[in-house]
Amino acid sequence: MTDTPIDRMARATPPHLARRVRGLSDRAIAWLFVAPTIFLLLAINIFPLIWTVRLSFTNFAANRPGREVEWVGLRNYQRILTDDGIWANMQTTAHFLIWTITLQVLIGFTLAWLINRKFKGNDLLTTLIVLPMMLSPAVVGNFWTFLYQPQIGLFNYVVELVTGTPASSFSMLGAGGLAKWSIIIVDTWMWTPFVMLICLAGLRSIPDYIYEAAEVDRASKWRQFWTITVPMVLPFLMLAVLFRGIENFKMFDMVVLLTGGGPGNETLLASIDLKREAFEKWRTGYSSAYAIILFVTVFGLASIYVKALNKVKER
Amino acid sequence: MSAYSVTEPSRASKSIAAVLVVVYAIITLLPLLWIISTGFKSGPDSISYPPKVVFEPSLEGYVNLFTTRTRIGAEDFAALPPPETWYDEIVRQSGTVIAGPSRFGERFMNSVIIGFGSTALSIFLGTLAAYAFSRFKVPLKDDLLFFILSTRMMPPIAVAIPIYLMYRELGLSDTHLGMILLYTAVNISLAVWLLKGFIDEIPREYEEAALIDGYTRFQAFRKVVLPQAATGIASTAIFCLIFAWNEYAFAVLLTSGNAQTAPPFIPTIIGVGGQDWPAVAAGATLFLLPVMIFTILLRKHLLRGITFGAVRK
Repeated sequence: MTDTPIDRMARATPPHLARRVRGLSDRAIAWLFVAPTIFLLLAINIFPLIWTVRLSFTNFAANRPGREVEWVGLRNYQRILTDDGIWANMQTTAHFLIWTITLQVLIGFTLAWLINRKFKGNDLLTTLIVLPMMLSPAVVGNFWTFLYQPQIGLFNYVVELVTGTPASSFSMLGAGGLAKWSIIIVDTWMWTPFVMLICLAGLRSIPDYIYEAAEVDRASKWRQFWTITVPMVLPFLMLAVLFRGIENFKMFDMVVLLTGGGPGNETLLASIDLKREAFEKWRTGYSSAYAIILFVTVFGLASIYVKALNKVKER
Repeated sequence: MSAYSVTEPSRASKSIAAVLVVVYAIITLLPLLWIISTGFKSGPDSISYPPKVVFEPSLEGYVNLFTTRTRIGAEDFAALPPPETWYDEIVRQSGTVIAGPSRFGERFMNSVIIGFGSTALSIFLGTLAAYAFSRFKVPLKDDLLFFILSTRMMPPIAVAIPIYLMYRELGLSDTHLGMILLYTAVNISLAVWLLKGFIDEIPREYEEAALIDGYTRFQAFRKVVLPQAATGIASTAIFCLIFAWNEYAFAVLLTSGNAQTAPPFIPTIIGVGGQDWPAVAAGATLFLLPVMIFTILLRKHLLRGITFGAVRK
C-alpha cells in the first residue's frame, strides 16, 4: 500500500481527538443516508406486498375495475391448496429444482476441483466458462428454441453425431416427455459456472498446511478428499445451493421463452402458472393468494436452510 | 512455494485437468458461438441441414433486424429503380423491399436509458445507505440489512400485480421513470450489500484524520471515502446495469409500446415467412455482447457480485 498524506495523518492522530466531529451529527447523517433507500423499498416492495395480501382475500379482477369487490375471506387460499393442478405445478417445480441443483453441484464442483489444479491458463478458461450466467435469460431461452429445432437445430445435430439418433426423430420442446429435460439442460448450461465459482473460492480458502499435515500423517488422497476438501467446501457449496434454490423457485423468463409452460402443462412451473392466472385470466384476487403462498414457501424454506447452513459453518 | 511441495498437483494431473476443462469450455461456448455466427448467415444457410459451420457471411440478419420489409408483386419488383444502397441490395436479393425502420433501435435505446438511469439511482442511494450501515450505529441495523436482502426473494410476479395496479393509478405504466424506479428498488439490495462490503474495507482512520483536519463528516465522506471506494462503486454499478439490462418479467408485464426494453422485443422478431433466425441472432448478439465485455472486465469482482458480497476472494 502507498503511503499517502492521509495515512500519515491517520497514524499521527490520537484516537480521542478523532471522535470530534463538526457539522451534522452522525445520527442525523445516518438517518439522512438510510432513509431514501428504506422509503423506496417501502413504496415499491412492502406496500405492494401488503396490497397483495389484502387483494388475496377478495375476488377482485384487475381487468374489470368497475365491478363490485367482494370480501371472500380465506376462500382463495382454500381453493389453491386443494387444487390438483397447482399441486402438479409444484411437483414440476420440484422436479426442475432437484435436477438443476444436483447437476449443477456435481458438474460445478468437479470443474472447480479441476481448475484448482492451477494449470496454465486456468484464469482465462474460468472467465470464458462463466459467460453464460451473465447473459439475459430471456434472450438465451429464446435462442435455445432455435438450437432445439428437430431438423435444423444444433443440439439435435450434436446428439445425432454422438449417439446416432436421427436429428429429426425427436423434439426437445414437443410432446414426448423431453420438454422438462430441455429446461433443465439450459438452466444447467447457464448456471453451472455460478456453482463452480463459489466452490472454487471454497477450495482456494483451504490452507496448504492442512494437506501437508495430512500427508505427514500418511492419510491417503481419497481420505484427504473426504475429510478435508469436502467438509471445508461444504459451507460454500450450501450457499451456492441457497442462491440457486431461491432463483430457480422464482424461475420465469428463461422457461417462458423456451417452452411457455408447454407442451400441455409439462413444464408449467409455479411462477409461470401464476403469471397466467394474474395476467391472462385476470383472476387478481386468486393469483394474489397464490403469490403469497409461493412467497411464504420460499421464505420458509430459505429460513430453515439458512439455520442448517449456520450449523455447518459453526462446526 | 518450496521447490517440492506435497500439495502441488503433479504434472500429469494438471494436464488431465486442463484437457477436461478445455473440453467443457468448448461445449459451453458452442451455443454462444452459434448465436454469433447465425447472425452472419443468410436465411437459407441458417436453416440448412446439416447445420452449416462454413458459410458465406452475409449482413442480411443485421439489415433485417433494423428494417421492416414487404414483398411486392413480380411486375412492381421488376419496375423498381436499381438499389441505391448496400442494404437495399441485400433486401432485394430475397425479393422484398424495405418498408421502413424496425423498432429494434428504439427498444435498444430504452434498454440503455432504463439500464443507466436505474443504475445511477441505485448507486446514489446504495452508496449513502451502505456508508451509514458501515460507519454508524443504525438502530436495528441487522434487521434492516436482512429486510433489504429479503426483498430479493419475492417472485417478480408476486409484486407485479399490485405494482401494475399502482402504476396504472399513478400514470407510471409503460414509462421510463416507472421502470427506472422499479429496477432501482430491485437493485438496491445488491447495491447496499456489495457497497457495504467495499466500504467496510476502507480503514476508518482515513476519515477520522480528515475530521481532525477540520472536515465535516459529509466532506470526509465525499473527499476521502468516495475516492477510496471508486473501484467498488464501479463494479457494483456494472452488476446493477447487467441486472437491469437482462430483466424480462417486469418488462414484459408492465411495458408495451413506449418503454419496452430489448429482451421482450427480440423474441418477437418475425420475418416475412416464419421466424427470421439470422435477425434474431443479430439482435441477440448486439444485446449480449456488451454484457460479455463487462463480464471480462469484472472478472476479479465477479464472485462477490453474484453472492451479494457473501463470498470474497
